Amino acid sequence: MEIKAEVLEKIDAKGVSRRDFIKYATVVTSVLGLAPSMVPKVAEAMAIKKRPTVIWLHFAECTGCSEAFIRSTYPWIDQIVLDVLNVAYHETIMAPSGHNAEKSLNDAMKEYDGKYILVCEGGIPTKNDGIYGKVGGHTMLDIAKKATKHALATICVGNCACFGGVQAAAPNPTKAMSVSKATGTKTVNIAGCPPNAVNMVATVVHFLLLGKLPALDDNGRPLFAYGYTIHEKCPRRAHYENGEFVKKFGDKGAMKGYCLAEMGCKGPNTYNNCPIVKFNDGTNWPIGAGHPCIGCSEPNFWDTQSPFYEPI
Amino acid sequence: MAKYTIDPITRIEGHLRIDVEIEGGKVTNAWSSAQLFRGLEIILQGRDPRDAPWITQRACGVCTEVHALASIRALDDAVRVKIPPLARICRNLVHGAQFLHDHPVHFYVLSALDWVDVVSALKADPKATAALAGQLSDYPNSGASDFKAVQDKLKTFVASGQLGPFANGYWGHKDYRLPPEANLLAVSHYLMLLRLQVKAARMMALFGGKNPHIQSYCTGGVTCVKDLLDVDRLAEFLYYLKEMQAFIDNVYIPDVLAVASFYKDWGARNIGGCTNFLAYGNFPQNSGRYLEEKMFLPGGVIMDRNLGKIADVNPDMITEEVTRAWYKNGPALPPAKGVTQPLEDARFDYDGKYSWFKAPRYNGKPMEVGPLAQVLAAFARGHKPTKDLVVAVLKHLNVPATALFSTLGRTAARAIETKVIADEMASWVTEAIGLIKGGKLETAAEWKWPGETMGYGLIDVPRGALGHWIHQDKDNKIGNYQLVVPSTWNLGPRDAKGQVGPVEEALIGTPIADPKAPLEIIRTVHSFDPCIACGVHVIDPDTNEVRKFKVC
Repeated sequence: MEIKAEVLEKIDAKGVSRRDFIKYATVVTSVLGLAPSMVPKVAEAMAIKKRPTVIWLHFAECTGCSEAFIRSTYPWIDQIVLDVLNVAYHETIMAPSGHNAEKSLNDAMKEYDGKYILVCEGGIPTKNDGIYGKVGGHTMLDIAKKATKHALATICVGNCACFGGVQAAAPNPTKAMSVSKATGTKTVNIAGCPPNAVNMVATVVHFLLLGKLPALDDNGRPLFAYGYTIHEKCPRRAHYENGEFVKKFGDKGAMKGYCLAEMGCKGPNTYNNCPIVKFNDGTNWPIGAGHPCIGCSEPNFWDTQSPFYEPI
Repeated sequence: MAKYTIDPITRIEGHLRIDVEIEGGKVTNAWSSAQLFRGLEIILQGRDPRDAPWITQRACGVCTEVHALASIRALDDAVRVKIPPLARICRNLVHGAQFLHDHPVHFYVLSALDWVDVVSALKADPKATAALAGQLSDYPNSGASDFKAVQDKLKTFVASGQLGPFANGYWGHKDYRLPPEANLLAVSHYLMLLRLQVKAARMMALFGGKNPHIQSYCTGGVTCVKDLLDVDRLAEFLYYLKEMQAFIDNVYIPDVLAVASFYKDWGARNIGGCTNFLAYGNFPQNSGRYLEEKMFLPGGVIMDRNLGKIADVNPDMITEEVTRAWYKNGPALPPAKGVTQPLEDARFDYDGKYSWFKAPRYNGKPMEVGPLAQVLAAFARGHKPTKDLVVAVLKHLNVPATALFSTLGRTAARAIETKVIADEMASWVTEAIGLIKGGKLETAAEWKWPGETMGYGLIDVPRGALGHWIHQDKDNKIGNYQLVVPSTWNLGPRDAKGQVGPVEEALIGTPIADPKAPLEIIRTVHSFDPCIACGVHVIDPDTNEVRKFKVC
């Protein structure tokens, strides 16, 4: 694994240790499903000098996806913000409010017109011309239309931006919908409620590395993370095959980590890499914590996968 | 009189607009307006009650877990199940971890930039910064070379010309009072905390499955029996707890005190203070319905800043009204009897309606909720760990107890609450180990669908008093569901009597150096840690349906 000297120099200039940098380049490479020989290429993409500009917009959402994003450890969030990306607008972390915040958005959209990566978090309320969600006096619908039009690419993080999310669940009081549907834009959908930080980072790196979006499934989800079901890779799969099931929470089967199918697990319906990468740096995941999967990376899962405790 | 609009308020959860009138260098009037409506409560109707914790948890991903907890408590209450001790402890551990995550993140990520001038940090002498750090505590990685590395990193960042989230900040504002060395110290701690919060989140994931948005609570208890019986998991939890405690004791608390020492006049003049306080209490030490629970942090009601008199919370005193919100007018009603008729036109009218938030009231009065209310309630109840810490903080700063009624008091209370909780959590792990040793391994109690029933779940969460009310119909479906959340209490609008909401009250009287750089205003707004997605109430634009809720 040879990494070019000029790449290493760029890393040094960023004040990141080479060891840390190569470590996270390696993790991102594996999440993308690329061969280890690609690590130098990934490192190169992540070390480019002018940091690519990201505009991150919040619509109808809960900020859980931003929270998930700041749990990233490969790279750490301070490295992402200071070294890897130019996060020109992100309401949860930015210093200014009001007019100065709007200025940050307008300046970035002007300076990087057609070149910025737009990240959207949240669904778009569209009923009554979108009056149910406003930022700086503009409806989210108008903001989304304008921002997607001038973006190099639009990445939706979380089920709300990808598919409308919880506010779009029946009866969908505000006629909330996905960014793609509300604006007529093709988007990459990092699905989940919230998605795993690893999958967000890997998508951005894929884009920086290859200059194009990753291969997607019919729902716009990158195949590298959403190419198989939870059930296919579930560590409790053997119990399923053996007919060993949890019958009620806290029972002997639950203590032994048996299959949760009878408790309503939606793993067989759900495409995501949770069983492999888990959450919070591999600490745990819902099935690990003895709770059935609720199918949170599937379109409209609040309606299609519920009631959550009824078996499929 | 000049009006100013600040929209969006950033470094909060959700979409908030604040309007103020400024005269003679002071705020003379204020309006707080929620700018998003989502309608979760209507979405809940007709669904399986067991799904409610997962739907309501999506009210907020910053204060994740808390709605799942309030909801599961309402479900437990509705089916009248008593949860086993191990499950109660597990919920307390996960909930406690949320405070250890949320409060430090609020101080450093969401509010510090209101007090700390990042640009000034570039001028600091790293050696003098190390000396300052040494005076405050002996926390590691606080040498001159560490601070120089942070400063170099900042310089490289600024030299790149891409200032990202730090662009257009109010740098150089004359009310940034910290010297360059204190600014560099705070920026270093900001970066440290950004990494450490990942570990606090792991604490939660150990028994919550993941963070944000845990998935391990069930009616009658918790699902994570395998994790709870794994001593490695408990040990890992303690390890992270120790790491967080070291940061809280040696960095977070000293930083809050250091910042406060430059702004004592904000305490002395009660800038950002409110009048009435409500806390539901937190961390039940036994199983039972809310009014039977003994809480580690006791709740209560304090009126007119009178700490000598504290009353028990009576849930029947809670009402919500809509005179100044974008709903059709009606009388003030308890949440359990809520009537909601939304308007289709959401125009901002200073003299009329101006927010998607309703106005909650307790016995007709606006109430501040949150860490300050919880700390004041525990203080007034004589809760020793809280009282000792409050007294120590007041003594350190040499300020009277009345200084607590302020933006700074609210900020200090958040740090005090964090430490009081952190210091207690290890004993809960010990208690869990005792139960496991004694073979008391039950984590989920049996329960039966009772037919038509009502339940409520009240608990304090990082942003304050949170209540969920559920009505289950005879078919075991959700008939109605209501949330009254901390940010509605704190950031709600005026009422029929013209009484302003807490954040509005807090803003009036705030000195403003430069109306175009509303630094002082966002300090006070941020001190409430607003969460707007949580607070937006139910409406049903299609039917304008009037919904009634039967009282239990």
